Amino acid sequence: MIVARFAAVAGMVALYSACGHPSAPRKLSIAAAADLQFALADGARQFHQQHPQTELAIDYGSSGNFYAQIRNGAPFDLFLSADVQYARNLAPDAVFIYAAGRIAVWVPVSSKLDPATALRDPSVRRIAIANPQHAPYGRAAEAALRSMGLYESVEKKLVLGENISQTLQFIQSGAADTGIVALSLALAPTVRAQGRYWEVPVSAYPKIEQGGVILKDSLAAREFREWLLGPSGRSLLKQFGFSLPGE
Amino acid sequence: MDWQAIWLSVRLSVFTTAILLAVGTPLAAWLAFSRWRWKFLVEAVVALPLVLPPTVLGFYILLAIGPRSPLGALYGKITGGILPFSFQGLLLASVLYSLPFTVQPVASSFASVDRGLVEASWCLGASRFATFRRIVVPLSRRGIATGAILSFAHTMGEFGVVLMVGGNIAGVTRTVSITIYDQVQALDYAAATQTSLFLLALSFLVLAFTYAFQRRVWNVWPMS
Repeated sequence: MIVARFAAVAGMVALYSACGHPSAPRKLSIAAAADLQFALADGARQFHQQHPQTELAIDYGSSGNFYAQIRNGAPFDLFLSADVQYARNLAPDAVFIYAAGRIAVWVPVSSKLDPATALRDPSVRRIAIANPQHAPYGRAAEAALRSMGLYESVEKKLVLGENISQTLQFIQSGAADTGIVALSLALAPTVRAQGRYWEVPVSAYPKIEQGGVILKDSLAAREFREWLLGPSGRSLLKQFGFSLPGE
Repeated sequence: MDWQAIWLSVRLSVFTTAILLAVGTPLAAWLAFSRWRWKFLVEAVVALPLVLPPTVLGFYILLAIGPRSPLGALYGKITGGILPFSFQGLLLASVLYSLPFTVQPVASSFASVDRGLVEASWCLGASRFATFRRIVVPLSRRGIATGAILSFAHTMGEFGVVLMVGGNIAGVTRTVSITIYDQVQALDYAAATQTSLFLLALSFLVLAFTYAFQRRVWNVWPMS
């Protein structure tokens, strides 16, 4: 799990200059789905510029793990789940939908496969998807394979990643020939140059709605929610490969 | 209960232990008796799986056995298949992962065999190999048994490495620890608890039986 802490120098300076005034920096700890990693790396910087008095500490990981941890008292202020269902289980009335995930077929640059036809290619031996049993992108991938009429022909070729990053790893390492990953990963700065992708039409799978929930109410938590649902958050999420609610 | 996964884990552990005894025993003998100056480097390599996070080890193994690596390419040429996501690949990964669990106890029990007995055997005309087979190995049987048990138990509970190179294929690479993890992830805590309890009971029984068996052996042939 990667922890990004934005206790930037600016924050320290603010703390010192605020010695006379009682306005200590507020801390906001967020448990965020792994697919938000790249979008929120930029996002945290932008948010901090707009709200310098708030310090963000973001943990990225599997939403299922976070759910179990939060259930058992993990001290997060805000939970941004990849699967809205986890957020709903925690607080059915307080859930806000902030994005929807999109999926894409991905092949490494070195591959001769065309991502648009790779799933049908007979030379393909292994196709990686995330585990449909618990990963929302895996469920979407399976649904897309079924609705495209490919599931029966590829079922024996499927290998399951524990999460969407590991699914990509299987393809990057060459162990799997191709696979279905999150579009947000295919567009990530570190991945973009390494492969080619074909976006699966959104009509081919049920929407992967991502929902968040405020676990501990505070001004900072509400500010972050407003920011994420507002124009800055929306344009950022769009740029990193998510669909937006209401679109 | 996912019997398929349990049976797969048992098979994987048995094969891993068998291979480790075959490969690990000569390696342990070399480590115990060699006077090579750089021996410590080999010792360090053997112990690496104890230190490295299983996911790191698993990731490197995935790269090392993938079709683009020399080893993976050679395997593909010979068998036409690929190593990752196969039982053979998992077996190779498990052998590497549990190597120190066999080699270390066996090497230390080889090293503790009374040097006088070994030299007496040589003086009586037995070859080095005959001495090893008839003096050193029988006197080290507890260490060898410990190595085998630890490797078996370690493979039964192996998770990170299997996760990285297995690809979660039912009946081929979905071991019992992966099943439990999936059940927890899917919030099916009841099934996870059930499978975990079964694994706990099975592991306890295997260990208790083996230690009980060892004790009887110890009573018949006192060693110290």
